[in-house]
Amino acid sequence: MISVDYYLILSAILFTIGALGVLIRRNPLVIFMSIELMLNAANLAFVAFGRSWEIAKGEPFFNGQIFVFFVIAVAAAEVAVGLALIVEIFKTKKNINIDEMNSLKG
Amino acid sequence: MVITNYYLPITQMVAMTSELLVFLVLSLVAIASALGMLFSRNTIYSALFLVLNFITVAVFYLMLGAPFIAMSQITVYAGAIMVLFLFVIMLLGAENLTSSPTQAMPWQKPLAFILALTLTVESVYLIFARAKLDTIITAPDAATNSMENLREMAMTLFDKFLLPFEITSILLLVAMVGAIVLAKKEKAGSKS
Amino acid sequence: MHLSETIISLAPWLVFAPLTGLLINLIFGRRFSEKTVGTVASLASGAAFVVSVLLAYSVAINHGEVMRWRLAEWIHIGTLNLDWTFRIDSLSTTMMLVVSGVGTLIHIYAIGYMHEDVRFKHQEGRFARFFIFLNLFIAAMMILVSGDSYLMLFVGWEGVGLCSFLLIGFWFEMDTLGRPSWANSDAGNKAFIANRIGDFGFLIAAFLMFWNFGSLQFDSVFAGANSLSAINSPLTVAITLFLLLGVAGKSAQIPLYVWLPDAMAGPTPVSALIHAATMVTAGVYLVARSAPIYATAPAAQYLVAMTGAITALFAATIAVGQYDIKKVLAYSTVSQLGFMVAAVGMGAYTAGMFHLITHAFFKALLFLSAGSVILGLERGHHHLARHYENPKGKKKEVKSHGHDEVFDPGDMRNMGGLRKTMPVTFWLYIVGTLALAGIFPFAGFWSKDEILLDASLHFTSIYWLLTVAAFFTAFYMGRQIWMVFFGESRTEAAAHAEESPKVMTLPLVVLATLSVIGGGLNLPFDGFHNLGHWLEHTLGEVESLPLDLTVAGVSTLLALTAIFISWLLYGRTPLQAGQPDPLKKPLGFLFTGMENKWFVDEGYFAVIITPFKKLSQFLADVVDWRFWHDFVHDTLIVGTYNWLSLIALDRYADQKGIDAFANWLGAATQWISENVRKVQNGFVRSYALAVMLGVVLILGYLIFK
Repeated sequence: MISVDYYLILSAILFTIGALGVLIRRNPLVIFMSIELMLNAANLAFVAFGRSWEIAKGEPFFNGQIFVFFVIAVAAAEVAVGLALIVEIFKTKKNINIDEMNSLKG
Repeated sequence: MVITNYYLPITQMVAMTSELLVFLVLSLVAIASALGMLFSRNTIYSALFLVLNFITVAVFYLMLGAPFIAMSQITVYAGAIMVLFLFVIMLLGAENLTSSPTQAMPWQKPLAFILALTLTVESVYLIFARAKLDTIITAPDAATNSMENLREMAMTLFDKFLLPFEITSILLLVAMVGAIVLAKKEKAGSKS
Repeated sequence: MHLSETIISLAPWLVFAPLTGLLINLIFGRRFSEKTVGTVASLASGAAFVVSVLLAYSVAINHGEVMRWRLAEWIHIGTLNLDWTFRIDSLSTTMMLVVSGVGTLIHIYAIGYMHEDVRFKHQEGRFARFFIFLNLFIAAMMILVSGDSYLMLFVGWEGVGLCSFLLIGFWFEMDTLGRPSWANSDAGNKAFIANRIGDFGFLIAAFLMFWNFGSLQFDSVFAGANSLSAINSPLTVAITLFLLLGVAGKSAQIPLYVWLPDAMAGPTPVSALIHAATMVTAGVYLVARSAPIYATAPAAQYLVAMTGAITALFAATIAVGQYDIKKVLAYSTVSQLGFMVAAVGMGAYTAGMFHLITHAFFKALLFLSAGSVILGLERGHHHLARHYENPKGKKKEVKSHGHDEVFDPGDMRNMGGLRKTMPVTFWLYIVGTLALAGIFPFAGFWSKDEILLDASLHFTSIYWLLTVAAFFTAFYMGRQIWMVFFGESRTEAAAHAEESPKVMTLPLVVLATLSVIGGGLNLPFDGFHNLGHWLEHTLGEVESLPLDLTVAGVSTLLALTAIFISWLLYGRTPLQAGQPDPLKKPLGFLFTGMENKWFVDEGYFAVIITPFKKLSQFLADVVDWRFWHDFVHDTLIVGTYNWLSLIALDRYADQKGIDAFANWLGAATQWISENVRKVQNGFVRSYALAVMLGVVLILGYLIFK
């Protein structure tokens, strides 16, 4: 019997791992991928909640899935732009160590 | 029949247990792939681990009765986005990124681990102890995976969520334009 | 009755006629000629005289009944109701007649006198001002004598005090000889201040009256005084003694007489009018009017009488040693006032009033004649000066000085032999002297004799004092006559003295006539006590005494003896120029005392005025300036304030306290910002870490909520 909170815990763990990835890794591409992982975890939570609502109400409920749809679209757009940026940065700096990009320091 | 008496609960248990087992196995795979993505030295391996993670999550979507999302996850996420990632990784030759000899912030790593652990513990506690969630997720029936359902979902999408839909399309357009602009070769004398 | 009511309604004109003259001269005085100004003033005074005559007539036909005429309501507060009411009875009409009659004659005299006064420098408006003041004086004196309450009397009292000040100090920027000096204004101040001390006494008496009797109106006060059963009750004694203080001030008795000799600094008509005939008699009038109160306090009466008697003798001794013609007359006035005050003090109100009237006649005569003498000398002096300066005239050897040197025309030592050059004045003066000395049948004899008679019957000590004073009176007047009119001229100016014009001598003739026949007012024979009967209506039963030959004989004998002695000393061997007074050697230090008025002024200065000045200087310098200003204000207050603001507040509170805090705030902000800036280290991962930290904290908060 899978309760909805199992899915949520899984989502939480995935999210945490993604966050850890953002914090630890110095390769911006990996950081990006960790962000994708976080988004993914959120999507999972959305769908799980949508499903639980559907079960509780007894009638079909699509809002959770639709939201995930949008999230995916946005993630795609974001990746496109972000990767273009990274490419740009690489062109100038020849290096994509994120710790090297600290010229905005105060 | 004794065997029959024991059979139903057992089958039920087996059925239950098999559901749970599948879930557990898949979860482990998901977490392991996530961790793998996290700790891989090679960026390509990280991407591939992430793809695995996405596929696993797609299976989860199927279990949760969201077939369309599962498919779009595989197609878009794992298929397009991750491929893009791989393109860029290979373009930049970042599969073997040499880490700088000196760590910029040595204190950051331990602190990050501690925080991540804290966050996990907090989340688990909140979900289990505070949130009164006891809905049992049952496997979706045939109706869920039918075209009828899909049509209804599409109707909801284009009906109630029309505005976000349109905006999202604009967003995609903008992203496209942005990406092209960013990747464009600079001419001498134009913007820096 | 109807007629007298009409006449009574004229009573306000006593005051308003002189006021009208005053106003006319005030507004138009500068455009009028001197004669016009003087005529206007004299007519105003004469109008007052006419009204007085009418009022006296109405009193007579009403058999002395007291009549009142209310002019205006004045004070109506609570139980105090005081109006400006004219009281027409025999006493007030007597005074009115004297004041306005003698006053008018003096107005006429002054027209001629002021023009020739050495101090008259033809300043514009000065001539008119004199007559304005004279009219003001007449008006004030009328208010005084016609008032129906002590309050109205006091208004007039103050008014004549003011006029006295104004007129004494008329030539306020000069001294008696015309040199720039403070002397004249000082004399005016002295008069006013001495009078003020007397006024204080009067006021205290008035307060006591109001407090105890509830009114200041004469009849109410008298009724109240009579209702007090005890004789010599402390209240009436207090009232009468304070009134005595007022009398001492106004009528120049001891100890406040000192202003009157100095008042000779004023023009001679002023001396005659105010300081001989009218103002100084206000005190005598006051006592006469307050007779019912004095009757209840015999102790006070005795004191009044003694004051008068002692003053009479004291002043007479001073007069013996004076050289200025007007000063002799001034002390003579003080002495005669002493006679009057003694008389009313003894209760002999008729005698006192009688002497007041006759004294007004002959003293005014004497003063005005003295003025004539002074001017005569001045004329002689100017004649000499013209002579001396004019080379074409007969060059005579000038014994006396030219016009530049100071020449005092009032000093008797500069006179002599004037009977030849100023005969009219001489005979007038003789009449006045004989009247004053009390020689039969002149007016002075009758009035003085009555006083002596009354004294001899009731108060022997006073009788002796007054008799000795009478002796001295005759002596110094004789001395004056011999020194001024007989012998040879001691100066060239005296030799060339000229007689005065008719405008001056005619009024004197009138006064001389009155001095001769004035005795008829109250002859001590049955049926001839006219004044006594007249005043009886107001003053109650009057003791009408027949002639006592003993008293009369003694006084006449003494007077003649005195004149004889004076002839021996001054007449037989006339005084030469530069020769000291014959009395100097025999009397020695006594004469020095007489000459220097017994050093009374010096005494006052030493005892009162100099310590007072020293005290005020001390208060001003030490207490006010050094203590209050320098110490309390500068050191304490300003110093404390400065300390407070500069040191306490500025240095400590502001600089060390607030500035330090403000600076600390800035420094703290700077430190904070410097350190917070380090958060922006540019590392994305640290930013992400911060976000993570935030999430963890929020979740923690949600857990623990």
